[in-house]
Amino acid sequence: MSLLSFFQWCEQSGIGEAIRRSAWLFPLIEAIHLLGLGLIGGAVLVVDLRLLGLGLRRQSVAQLARDAQPWLIGSLVLMIITGSLLFLSEAIKCYYHPAFWLKMTSLFLAIVFTFTVQRKVTMADQTRVRPLWGKVVALVSVLLWSGVGIGGRWIGFS
Amino acid sequence: MADSSWSVGLHESRYAYDLIESIHVWALCLFFGLAVMFDLRLLGWTMRSVPVSEVARRLLPWTAVGFVVMVISGALLFSAIPLRSFQNIFFRTKMILLMVAGINVLIFHSGVYRRVISWDLDLTPPRAARVAGALSLVLWVAIVLSGRMIAYNWFDCDRQPQPAIINFLTSCVPTEAEH
Repeated sequence: MSLLSFFQWCEQSGIGEAIRRSAWLFPLIEAIHLLGLGLIGGAVLVVDLRLLGLGLRRQSVAQLARDAQPWLIGSLVLMIITGSLLFLSEAIKCYYHPAFWLKMTSLFLAIVFTFTVQRKVTMADQTRVRPLWGKVVALVSVLLWSGVGIGGRWIGFS
Repeated sequence: MADSSWSVGLHESRYAYDLIESIHVWALCLFFGLAVMFDLRLLGWTMRSVPVSEVARRLLPWTAVGFVVMVISGALLFSAIPLRSFQNIFFRTKMILLMVAGINVLIFHSGVYRRVISWDLDLTPPRAARVAGALSLVLWVAIVLSGRMIAYNWFDCDRQPQPAIINFLTSCVPTEAEH
């Protein structure tokens, strides 16, 4: 099955059809998707601002990362569920929209980066991490997640 | 206002409107995201080992920055479509909820937060603080929801007939031909 025919199959699915037919389902799911984005933003920023030395300072990075983690994962799950529903309702449009591919690439990189490189840095003994390295990691994290959010917003613009 | 060259230019521009809306969404993550984290701390659901006053001192300045960007970008979006927005029931709901959220902030900071020294390290803050946090959460969620719905206005003045109560709430005056 080619990628395009997979997207066509998604578009023709019963769920996609039902969302398209309803006047309010798409806006409602999209609004919940937006709330999830805001929450991810908070969970990511608490850790990244700490790494940049611009947020909380007295707590260990590892402690803050552990505190933020359930909210990060929870909102990510919410985003993926609502995002998949939105995708099913307009899969063909996404296939031909550059912003969709930009977003998916950013999302893939952001998830991999957050749960590998960033986790390693946040959980490490801070005396053994060079502060500059922490800042670079935080900047990359902010940039990747911004790409996800802005790319997502751009899917809605034709 | 709608006839000003500024408004028309923004409305019809290819990228400016989209760009401002993207900034609005980005600032939402900064403002809403960190405000939610503070509310969750007030509820005792996250960062329990961090004193409340420290979360406030270190993170609320960022929510203030986010809020300023939200207001500026939001005002620009409004200026592109002023009449439609003003008669939009979701826009009106959002503005009212914003005022209520502002009052909640004032009550919190002039009330229980003044005594924060006495409960700064509580794993679960006192009831008044938890109520303020919960109220803030609910209000900001409702503000984001109504904000997103402004773009999908099912109650637009041009979509008549609407129930009389809707036309009253949106100050719409349907012409006879539309009935």
